[in-house]
Amino acid sequence: MSSSGTPAGGDAVPGPSGEPNHLRRFLAIWIGCSVIATPLVAILLGPLLPPGNGSDAASGQVTDNTVLLSMATPVLLLVVVYLVYALLAFRQPRGAALEGPAVRGHQSLQTLWIVVSGVLVLTLAAYGTVRLETGYGAGSGNGPKPLTAPKGEKLPVQVIAQQWAFTYRYPTYGGVETTHLELPVGKTVELHVTSLDVIHSFWAYQLGVKADANPGVDNVAFVKPTKIETFEVHCAELCGIWHGGMFDHGHVVSDTDFESWIAEQQARFAATTKALPKYSTTYTPEPLERGE
Amino acid sequence: MRRERFVVSATGRKLAAVILAVVALGALIGLYVSSWATAVPKTIPGTPSGSSAGAPTTSLVLQTDAAVGPQESPTHPDWVSYLVKQNGRWVRSTIFKVPANSVVHVTVYQFDGDSGLRNAFLSAVQGTGGGVETVDGKAVTHIDPEEASHTFVVPQMGVFVPLPGVEDEAKNQCEYGPCDPATMAHRTIEFTFRTGKKGRYRWQCFVPCAAGTYFGFGGPMQTLGYMDGYIDVV
Repeated sequence: MSSSGTPAGGDAVPGPSGEPNHLRRFLAIWIGCSVIATPLVAILLGPLLPPGNGSDAASGQVTDNTVLLSMATPVLLLVVVYLVYALLAFRQPRGAALEGPAVRGHQSLQTLWIVVSGVLVLTLAAYGTVRLETGYGAGSGNGPKPLTAPKGEKLPVQVIAQQWAFTYRYPTYGGVETTHLELPVGKTVELHVTSLDVIHSFWAYQLGVKADANPGVDNVAFVKPTKIETFEVHCAELCGIWHGGMFDHGHVVSDTDFESWIAEQQARFAATTKALPKYSTTYTPEPLERGE
Repeated sequence: MRRERFVVSATGRKLAAVILAVVALGALIGLYVSSWATAVPKTIPGTPSGSSAGAPTTSLVLQTDAAVGPQESPTHPDWVSYLVKQNGRWVRSTIFKVPANSVVHVTVYQFDGDSGLRNAFLSAVQGTGGGVETVDGKAVTHIDPEEASHTFVVPQMGVFVPLPGVEDEAKNQCEYGPCDPATMAHRTIEFTFRTGKKGRYRWQCFVPCAAGTYFGFGGPMQTLGYMDGYIDVV
């Protein structure tokens, strides 16, 4: 769109005299809408964004989603405002059947488009990289050797995926394995996610943790639960007939409740724990196939 | 007056033939997929067997076979499978119906040999009455994971029951199902569990027992009516 009120292009036809400066008017409307909408989105909608504030990782993801949505708001408004403005300002009069002027490129507009898009994408790439670094993977799996790790004491918990259930092993509590995941509030947890068969993905929604469970791979994720709550555990990688059934509830509990629960598990599964293989970050179980 | 003749070109005829062939093929694929998707085993109700501590009791009698046999599965006679007893006859189904808030007494005649659990933790008995199962009349809280042949697990109910296998040296082993508990080598496993609210609960085997399939979890492990199914609590 040129300042003369016609779409940009080499063959632009000058508008009739008295035509308002559409570009200036459109920019004023767009900037006005963006200035109002962006803070509203960030302040009002941001805190409601998933996955909530159940952990440091989840809170970080809410911040990330808020940043992304705030940056996307002016872009969305650019399209919507232009569409509505064009519908109202350039509506063809009833009965007229005129072709618009041909548009054959507009170098400065193209350059501006590429520069703005490039700046947005590079800014987000830089932001994402910093967040991954400062958030210790931001709730995702870091592979077997994380580049960064939170300082201080960490509770190691192994997540073992298999067709079709997750089980959990606590190496600092005698290597006991459990059918449910229970974590103490306020403690940094070092999750070691692995699989005994095919590829699964461990997704603890309210904790903001999603880490692939690959056979033979120790995928480390960090999380610090910040409030006592029940959270959902899903498998996020299609893994067979009961993939949808790989669903459970985990619990974030007080330190005292956790110690009491883990002691109960140790007593309950004492005999089975003896039969378990020695704790390892990965397992190569046999039999992999039967009858072969 | 000369009448115009409608002439179809060779290209037009070829195009029509291709379209017809595609439509016919699509219809065949659609029929196959719909018949496959709707082919689920029939639901077998548990047999009422009185009451226990005020709760109604239902019995399920099952058997596990290394090969289900041509009688129960003409298309996959070699697949490992559960069978359920209905009106004195063994039928291949893994969808069972039991009452809500009741006690279910399960008897499994286990005719298959051991395969071993991939995760030894699943050798612990969980969620059953008294936290035990009886194996050939002896109450146990867990079995040797290497001796597991199958499991009966209802994850949503927290029921985990490992089933030990028949010893390799046992005489008169069953080759094809249905197997006869009166004459053929087997283990007898019994346990009870309580149902809660109404709903459909999945159950499955955790032993990688599907011979020759990827990770032992293909074929019968991923097909309703063999090694996994539903418990409809009504």
